[in-house]
Amino acid sequence: MNSRTTRTITAAFSVAALAGALAGCGAKAGESADAAESCVETDGDTVKIGFLNSLSGTMAISETTVFKSLSMAAEEINADGGVLGKQLEIVSEDGQSEPTVFAEKATKLIDQDCVAAVFGGWTSSSRKAMLPVFEGKDALLFYPVQYEGLEASENIFYTGATTNQQIIPALDYLKDEKGIESIFLVGSDYVFPRTANAIIQAYAEEHGIEVLGEEYQPLGSTSFGTVVDKVKAAGADAVFNTLNGDSNVAFFKEYKGKGLTAESMPVVSVSIAEEEVPGVGVDNLVGQYTAWNYYQTLETPVNEEFVAAFKEANGAKAVTSDPMEAAYTSLHLWKGMVEKADSFDVDDVVAAADGVTFEAPEGTVTVNGENHHIAKTALIGQIREDGLIETVWSSDGPIEPDPFLEGYAWWEGE
Amino acid sequence: MSRRTTLLTALGWLALAAALLGLAPALLSDFRLGLLAKYCCYAIAAVGIGLAWGRGGMLVLGQGLYFGLGGYAMAMHLKLTDAGPGQVPDFMVLYAGGEMPVWWEPFRSPVVTLLAILLLPVLVATVLGAAIFKRRVKGAYFAILSQALTAAFAILLIGQVKTTGGFNGLNNFQSFFGYSLYDPVNKRMLYFLAAGVLLASVALMAQLHRSRFGELLVATRDAEERVRFLGHDPANVKLVAYVLAAVLASVGGALFVPVVGIISPEDVGVGASIALVAGVALGGRASLFGPALGALLVGYAETSLSESFPGSWSYFQGGLFVVVVLLLPGGLAQALSALASVRHRVGGPPGGRRRRERPASDRTRPGPTTPQEVTA
Amino acid sequence: MEVFVSQVFTGLSAGAVLLLIAVGLTLTFGQMGVINMAHGEFLMAGAYTAYVVNLVVGDAGLGLLVALPVGFLVGGLLGVVLEASVIRWMYHRPLDTLLVTYGVGLVLQQVARDVFGAPAKDVPSPSWLSGSVPVLGYDFPMARLFLLLLSVACLLAVLALLRRTALGRQVRATVENRDLAETVGISTRRTDRITFFLGSGLAGIAGVALTLLGSTGPTIGASYIVEAFLVVVVGGIGQLKGTVIAAFSIGVLQAFLEYATSGSIAKVVVFLAIVVFLQVRPQGIFAVRTRSLA
Repeated sequence: MNSRTTRTITAAFSVAALAGALAGCGAKAGESADAAESCVETDGDTVKIGFLNSLSGTMAISETTVFKSLSMAAEEINADGGVLGKQLEIVSEDGQSEPTVFAEKATKLIDQDCVAAVFGGWTSSSRKAMLPVFEGKDALLFYPVQYEGLEASENIFYTGATTNQQIIPALDYLKDEKGIESIFLVGSDYVFPRTANAIIQAYAEEHGIEVLGEEYQPLGSTSFGTVVDKVKAAGADAVFNTLNGDSNVAFFKEYKGKGLTAESMPVVSVSIAEEEVPGVGVDNLVGQYTAWNYYQTLETPVNEEFVAAFKEANGAKAVTSDPMEAAYTSLHLWKGMVEKADSFDVDDVVAAADGVTFEAPEGTVTVNGENHHIAKTALIGQIREDGLIETVWSSDGPIEPDPFLEGYAWWEGE
Repeated sequence: MSRRTTLLTALGWLALAAALLGLAPALLSDFRLGLLAKYCCYAIAAVGIGLAWGRGGMLVLGQGLYFGLGGYAMAMHLKLTDAGPGQVPDFMVLYAGGEMPVWWEPFRSPVVTLLAILLLPVLVATVLGAAIFKRRVKGAYFAILSQALTAAFAILLIGQVKTTGGFNGLNNFQSFFGYSLYDPVNKRMLYFLAAGVLLASVALMAQLHRSRFGELLVATRDAEERVRFLGHDPANVKLVAYVLAAVLASVGGALFVPVVGIISPEDVGVGASIALVAGVALGGRASLFGPALGALLVGYAETSLSESFPGSWSYFQGGLFVVVVLLLPGGLAQALSALASVRHRVGGPPGGRRRRERPASDRTRPGPTTPQEVTA
Repeated sequence: MEVFVSQVFTGLSAGAVLLLIAVGLTLTFGQMGVINMAHGEFLMAGAYTAYVVNLVVGDAGLGLLVALPVGFLVGGLLGVVLEASVIRWMYHRPLDTLLVTYGVGLVLQQVARDVFGAPAKDVPSPSWLSGSVPVLGYDFPMARLFLLLLSVACLLAVLALLRRTALGRQVRATVENRDLAETVGISTRRTDRITFFLGSGLAGIAGVALTLLGSTGPTIGASYIVEAFLVVVVGGIGQLKGTVIAAFSIGVLQAFLEYATSGSIAKVVVFLAIVVFLQVRPQGIFAVRTRSLA
């Protein structure tokens, strides 16, 4: 066989393969694509649900605890007789802290494992990556973390705070209680801080607060020398901190090192919960503020029970925090919706969602059927010597979720 | 090259084609087939790495850059077609007040997009490669430079939330050139497309390996100075291989977008780039089928391991690099051919033994050959 | 002026960190042509050493002083183990060492995750390092000043070792011409191992020092390794002088760019600047003059 013949043959093979690839399945679907039939099995004594959390990678630090509190909620529900008389069977998948993996595993949970609903996700990127999967397959996702708002998918229930339940109340607190006239914004470089800061800019303009700077560092960055120099030079009345994860450690160490304190320039953080405090170092954080909807120190019977149960399951040193409480709540809310609908079918559950309530550790929460968020009470907390967070201010009862900030005249998109 | 080798190559290619186009679609569920499509995209990039690294001796640690160029070009087009004529993508409405930068505009056209997927990597790789290879930067410098570039690219993407989607990347695509991405039938079509392109790129490599250029490339890898003394410019030879590898990575990235439904900086960064190399090392960097098969295998291993033992993937990937590169620099291909030649010797076949590929060496300086290389 | 001073100091202290990491790399890279991607994980080991020592000692100040030598030993021993078990088999395949050591790094990261857990650990800073000292009207944080001094001290120690001791002469001879060094009776195997110990030990010290600035997590090393390699390459492989200049210039350049733009942009610009610089001077700031064709 000389080389020209082989070349011709190989070329012919390749062309044939490509042509075959295209012709073999050119079936056009156009717009008439139907969502795949749901394969959820509801005839037996059990019903499957999926937990999708990062158990490895950079987000494992936060998401592992969400997984633990979801598991605890499932055990409670099972001990209590299950949902519609069926025991919950958990299928757990690892999102590996990567958006593509979240999308892939969501597909697996829906198509292969035929779960009735999926609980999990943490980062905005993981949620954004999963959204088309859940919409395309008409499945249900319960997302337990505060986020940047501007979203309301039919197929997602958001049990963490949206911006008008966390960012805006924090600003109200700073303006009304602290009387600040200027503010400095520090954040990690991704969607949540960018959006939060856009909202803060608009709020500040409306209320006559001067924004003295807006600084971003790449996610995971630990060099905050320059940023803190800028913060200090600007001399604002307060700092709004949307940094994520390990960056907080470097930021607060630098902050303290340059002589800034909670008294001289308070910092309000929206991503530091009880769990992150030891990692950042209590010394560096004492007296600083946080904005959430739940703290371990809440003195309600429901919460005391929740904290005791969590400590029993995970050791006396375990702490509870807002996202894990929201995850715990999400499973109970789903149970409420299913029982109200008397069906596991996604469309029935969504139709029944409006007005479902749950006595959560954070207080009574109610599902908003229109935007799939829940009404929550905003709490400003102050970090104590023992690393827990104490409520210093709370909103007047639960705030109705408003993910697109339609009720705020000063917000017109960015 | 002997007839026998040619025949074996053709048979191997046909077997691969039969497995990918016949067996896999018949046996696998839609979900698994979708995963295989993803591995195929990685494998296309891996084939390019095989050329540049295995045949050309250039350790390309930054292929994520080109994977990302193709991926983002495709993703921009899909976002724009979803938005409709004159409209801007959804995330820009949310985060950028509905303003779209001018450089997005050309990607409305499918033709421009397809051209960009092919030509952007050519452009970038040529500018970069020409400068680097002409200055005779090689070995370690080149590897570290390419890694730094892909790191810079990822940081740049993350920093531009309003124009690139930032850390979230681009996702939520509805259709692919008019075909709904929610329809399982079209997902299958995408698989066939990815598998077809993979087969075609392997075929292209088969041609290249036996061409004059292929021989020159291997010669440059093994003795660059001698090639120079013979009157060839090694810089040009390397450049062509590097550019080809870049184009293949870009095509892989472009297909990755509709197959997986998302492209984000995580898919183009340092870690992703090195992960692409893992498959090539496993399969056999200098062999024809090694890079593609290795990439498919690594992809499969990652999925199944992470399903059963979360967290164990790091051990596996780390261990794979250590074991394969240290003990088996020629990858599985080397192991197989060693096995085959043992059997040959035992059976005493007529005719000479097949000429074996020398495992790629990437020595940056002339020096004594290691024991491994002699026995390999 | 104030901005100028503050950025010079911030840049210098950032450069000091890079220098501590890069000195070890440039030694091993220059002498053995080995690209050790696990170097970052030696740094991580140093940081966890600081964490463990602090737990055992219970006093932040004493903890730090004990952790520095212990971190050096831990980093150095890991280096020697890596050298003896893996790297010595592949001295003539430098690019392959890159992949192998990257694999080792991945494994070490996961080991850290399994042993210490994924959450970042905080190592409390000693009280005598909190606060700041005024320098030219700028409040220079004590922690950063300490880092700068530590880095310079380590550098001087390495220089003294290389210039004044027999061991140093052997190392320099091996860097210049391995074959010739062997011919005159230097055991290059032994020299290699000692260099590896020294370089990896410095990474361990860098890890201990880094706990003063940030948290201790499994990926702490990985986040520095690419930058550290760029420092080595810019400085000229095996050139301590070049490494020093490169580390501090990159640190200061980044600090100023960051002040003028943002963190992300500064990093991108610095990386691109380095790529362009290497086009002009492919051998780095200082190059070893050789007659070798390669």
